[in-house]
Amino acid sequence: MNWRAVRTIIRKDLKVVRQTRAVLIPLIIVPVLVLVLLPGVGGALLATADPDSEAIRDFRRESAAFFDHLPAPISERLAQYDDEVQRITYILFNLFFPPMVLLLPTMVANVIAADSFAGEKERKTLEALLYAPTTDRELYLAKLIGPWLAGVAVGWLGYLAFAVVITLTTLSFMGGIFVLDATWLLLIFWVVPAASGLGLGAMVLVSSRVSTFQEAYQLGGVVVLPILLLLFGQLGGVVYFSPLLALAVGAVLWALALGLMGYGAGSFKRGALIARL
Amino acid sequence: MALPAIHLQEVTRRFGATTAVDKLSLTVEAGEIFGFLGHNGAGKTTTIRLLNGVLAADGGVIRVLGLDPGTQGSQVRARSGVLTETPSLDERLTAVDNLTYYADLYGVPPGQVRGRTAAVLERFELADRAGEKVGGYSKGMKQRLALARAFLHEPEILFLDEPTAGLDPVAAQEVGRMIRHLSRDEGRTVFLCTHNLVEAQRLCDRVAVMERGRLAAVGTPRALAREIGAEMRYTLEVAADQRETARREIALLPAVKYVETADAELTLTLSDREAAPEVLARLLAAKVRVYALTPHESSLEDIYMALHRQGQERGMQ
Repeated sequence: MNWRAVRTIIRKDLKVVRQTRAVLIPLIIVPVLVLVLLPGVGGALLATADPDSEAIRDFRRESAAFFDHLPAPISERLAQYDDEVQRITYILFNLFFPPMVLLLPTMVANVIAADSFAGEKERKTLEALLYAPTTDRELYLAKLIGPWLAGVAVGWLGYLAFAVVITLTTLSFMGGIFVLDATWLLLIFWVVPAASGLGLGAMVLVSSRVSTFQEAYQLGGVVVLPILLLLFGQLGGVVYFSPLLALAVGAVLWALALGLMGYGAGSFKRGALIARL
Repeated sequence: MALPAIHLQEVTRRFGATTAVDKLSLTVEAGEIFGFLGHNGAGKTTTIRLLNGVLAADGGVIRVLGLDPGTQGSQVRARSGVLTETPSLDERLTAVDNLTYYADLYGVPPGQVRGRTAAVLERFELADRAGEKVGGYSKGMKQRLALARAFLHEPEILFLDEPTAGLDPVAAQEVGRMIRHLSRDEGRTVFLCTHNLVEAQRLCDRVAVMERGRLAAVGTPRALAREIGAEMRYTLEVAADQRETARREIALLPAVKYVETADAELTLTLSDREAAPEVLARLLAAKVRVYALTPHESSLEDIYMALHRQGQERGMQ
């Protein structure tokens, strides 16, 4: 395996992404919005909320069905808190934000892979690359690793930023870090890499059928649907993130991602690629 | 005996119902500048791809530097440099970044990357704009940079697809000088695809002409001229008052295709060399005073056009 060539391709693809505003801007804005601003504002608002206020009491009353049907481990955890603001805070950031954290690696890997696979065709830079002294396998691996690593890195950094913002804004009434437990750890170290792989795998599939970055980006975007389903499932009280669910979601995403990547490997042949240029 | 740089035997490549390369056989010796000529779609680019293991052949034997590109493609590509038809440069990166990327990909020793990059940029007169993004370069500059990339890892064989396209005459001449230097002084093999027949005639030791995926002819330009009978244009100088008689007499010969009057001379196009004695005999029999019958050295363009006409005639039959 020519690891120097693999590293070189990864480095170059990521460098090009850093230098391309059209690709970089969504990669910065979305994580900042979803994992910093949104939770930051939410945390700050909750920090100033009066647990005995009418608004909190109304909210709790309207969400009674949701709160009453929570799984036992979550209910037990909520019982440890003294007031409704704390309980709402815990539920908001532990149930509704995990899918957001998963959304990011999927999206980031998806966008970077779109640039790396379809963008290379669009910019007419693929031909020279196909003449490089790498095997098809090395080339494919290099094209996979870059977007995957970027997706994982953004997922992890996003979670870190989210945890810091939430802890800082809610420390006054929550008394410590409450977005770190077994479920979160599984999400971060098992599901985030799988989600990044899924975003990548979907793009491998899409990019073999399109010729521009925009087309690939738009078509590949459907990959976030399973993650959105998880979010709506939590909102509707159908599923709740638990260590078991995190393990299962990770396993499904890994299976999908590896299946798509395996399928992509079959069509990632120099001869086929160059014939389509 | 030295191993040929390139050897193809009965190589065929099809794309669906189209045969892009049809039973192509040829050999290119090490250190040779080999011109590969043909119209668009004649199979030139497909041949370069086959020789580099980027495409697989449907049949036949290919050897490049003794290696089989079908199974040892990356080894062949490590020892060859390719200038593709489009420069294929990343326009969002600077010239230095583009070259550094390919130096690393082609395995240039890490300690030499910076020096080699600077040297080729200097050689192709891009050093003063090396830090600029390639998107801002002119077409000629991009072509020079793509050439620099092909030379960067000092390959044993260079495959150059239209190397002077987009270059001004001075830069084109410099590239030609460099190609000659690479072959004559450094012993590298150059496989040159070009539409520029003057350039091919000036640079190439031998040329091959492709016609619809098939090899129409191969040899030195001079040998080709003899082989295909392309040395068929003659200038005839006769007494001024007998020019019209000469014209009438010659036009009756079946081997004479065209007769044109240019200034004080007649220009004849004969079907082959053997017609020249016939022309002379006819003129002498008609008592025309012949001062000179001079053959024209065929240019590569004449040869190419003759081969193309032959190919078209075969195609129509």
